[in-house]
Amino acid sequence: MALLTAVAAHAPDSDVGLYRTVRLIRRFEERAVELVRSGDIIGGIHPYTGQEAVAAGVCAALRVDDMITSTHRGHGHVLAKGADPARTLAELAGRATGLNRGRGGSMHAADFGSGILGANAIVGANGAITAGAAWAARQDGGDQVAVSFFGDGAVNQGVLLEAMNLAALWRLPTLFVCENNGYATTLTVTDAVAGTITGRGEAFGMPSVTVDGMDPRAVLDAAREAVDRARAGGGPSLVECLTYRFDAHHTWEHKARVRYRDDDEVRSGRERDPVEIQGARLTCDERTSVDADVEAVVDAAVAFALDSPHPDPVGALDHLYATGMRARPGGGG
Amino acid sequence: MPWLSYRKALNRALVDELARDPAVFVLGEDVRVAVSNVTAGLLKRFGPDRVLDTPLSEQAFTSFATGAALRGRRPVIEFQIPALLYLAFEQIVNQAHKFSLMTGGQTRVPVTYLVPGSGSRTGWAGQHSDHPYALFAHAGVKTVVPATPEDAYGLLTTAIRDDDPVVVFAPAAALDVRVDLDHDGLAPVPLGVGRVHREGEDVTVVAVGHLVHDAVAVAEELAGDVSVEVFDPRTVYPFDWDGLAASLAKTGRLVVVDDSNRMCGIAAEVLATAAEGCDLVVPPVRVTRPDGAVVPFARGLDLAVQPDRAQLTAAIRKVLKQ
Ligand SMILES: Cc1ncc(C[n+]2csc(CCOP(=O)(O)OP(=O)(O)O)c2C)c(N)n1
Repeated sequence: MALLTAVAAHAPDSDVGLYRTVRLIRRFEERAVELVRSGDIIGGIHPYTGQEAVAAGVCAALRVDDMITSTHRGHGHVLAKGADPARTLAELAGRATGLNRGRGGSMHAADFGSGILGANAIVGANGAITAGAAWAARQDGGDQVAVSFFGDGAVNQGVLLEAMNLAALWRLPTLFVCENNGYATTLTVTDAVAGTITGRGEAFGMPSVTVDGMDPRAVLDAAREAVDRARAGGGPSLVECLTYRFDAHHTWEHKARVRYRDDDEVRSGRERDPVEIQGARLTCDERTSVDADVEAVVDAAVAFALDSPHPDPVGALDHLYATGMRARPGGGG
Repeated sequence: MPWLSYRKALNRALVDELARDPAVFVLGEDVRVAVSNVTAGLLKRFGPDRVLDTPLSEQAFTSFATGAALRGRRPVIEFQIPALLYLAFEQIVNQAHKFSLMTGGQTRVPVTYLVPGSGSRTGWAGQHSDHPYALFAHAGVKTVVPATPEDAYGLLTTAIRDDDPVVVFAPAAALDVRVDLDHDGLAPVPLGVGRVHREGEDVTVVAVGHLVHDAVAVAEELAGDVSVEVFDPRTVYPFDWDGLAASLAKTGRLVVVDDSNRMCGIAAEVLATAAEGCDLVVPPVRVTRPDGAVVPFARGLDLAVQPDRAQLTAAIRKVLKQ
């Protein structure tokens, strides 16, 4: 316990804090993949392994009352923003104790108490929601910032570009974070993106930078600059993080046996591991203690998720209407 | 007593709700100048922070409203033409509507989508004349189609106050309907409660939107001969099934008149539900647009695909003959 407290005492934007976040996401994802294999998580997941530095760096620049929206590959963002790992894992396993009471699963994890306005399974869909939330927060007189995470595939979605225009036009406190992992499922970014990703932001007059998305500190520095600017009324920015996805697009990929990356590419991509890059900035003792802390947290999360009850099917459509309206049942008789 | 038009009733509902609740704001294309007249005067009274002119970015501003709603706002979006709902279908059906359930009840999305000028507008042809309310009802998005000025006021007011997304279709053919009405009598109208415009014994005519006025006219014409009850559901989803059942318990005969496409339309749902659960003495009949209709430009062609009074009269005669 003394160990946990010691680790938790480090701010998320410190070297230890950043390492703890990348390590937590890594172990969470590895264990989640195991739970997919064992059948405890049905439907599969989009693993975030390799991309941890982006979530860790960006969220370390945020306050609890800042907001994020996320994607189909969202666990890292959700954990980095402060959601409880146990309730996040319970959501992935479809349990009643999950963040979304088992109604959302991997691709919709949301935790409004931590400023997580929801992961979104429609590529590019979250940017406009983020802009609206940022606008409303500013109207309330607050200085919160809202961040939209999305992949390189999303930059070809019209609605995201519309959202960038609104955010820039109205100088909304919004940060557009593109995780360029080189692929949209199997399609390479060079086969998909005309011009550049930062060019999308520049077209709307937004400060747009490209950073090393494998290095949590590099991401944090860029995010902090953009967040500070947004908070001060300077409007939105775009940060493109060059990163690499270590694993499959989705856990089904192993079964589908699709081939689109050669072994050399994956091997060299994995050489720049954010866990190692950030770990090298810690003393040996620090690293050992964080690793032990994370292991305990993830073990507890797995136990909590698997011990949690499944939701009662009678309530399958609970929360369909915020007003509590009940839909007609579909069964015959 | 003063006259109130349907269009003015929508305007009054917006004014009253903006004044009542600071969380309400209006956004859309040309809403400041009020090209549709529905938002007339709002900018002057409530200022640019409550009345937002948006760029032509339907998908973005529809989800922008969702994001604002997640932060406690009650946005009202005005769509210039019903076809824009197809562009924003993802944002309404797949995002706004699904947020409450998918988050396990952590949030609500009280956005109102107001579509003044839905259905055929003379001479506007294929891409401006659809009446796609059944799509939203099918998806489970609360969907209302007021027929009268007082219901337009009452239902729009309720939609804005409702904690869920609600689409409000204001049929083009109803916008100029006027009633002699004491403005102080305007009040919210609950969703899912139908209205009997005319009592009758022989047949129930369920009419949606502007067709309520046609149904009442046909009922008057047939008065000496047939006693027609005109039932206006007002909300197509949720639908007032109890109100329909009560009417059918009296008449046992059903005709539905609905200005949208036949296949998978509201009329189909009303017929199916009546067949499942009500005592019909003869098979019901529906009067609709044809399957998958695209409204043609030339006036005669346009009218040929819309339900009319002659078809309704024939349908009533048909269910009475058996
Ligand atoms: C609008 C849309 N199109 C297609 C899909 C199917 N799909 C899910 S993830 C994905 C790839 C997304 O690539 P990218 O945005 O680069 O994110 P990454 O998976 O690399 O994190 C696709 C095509 C979808 N969910 N939404």
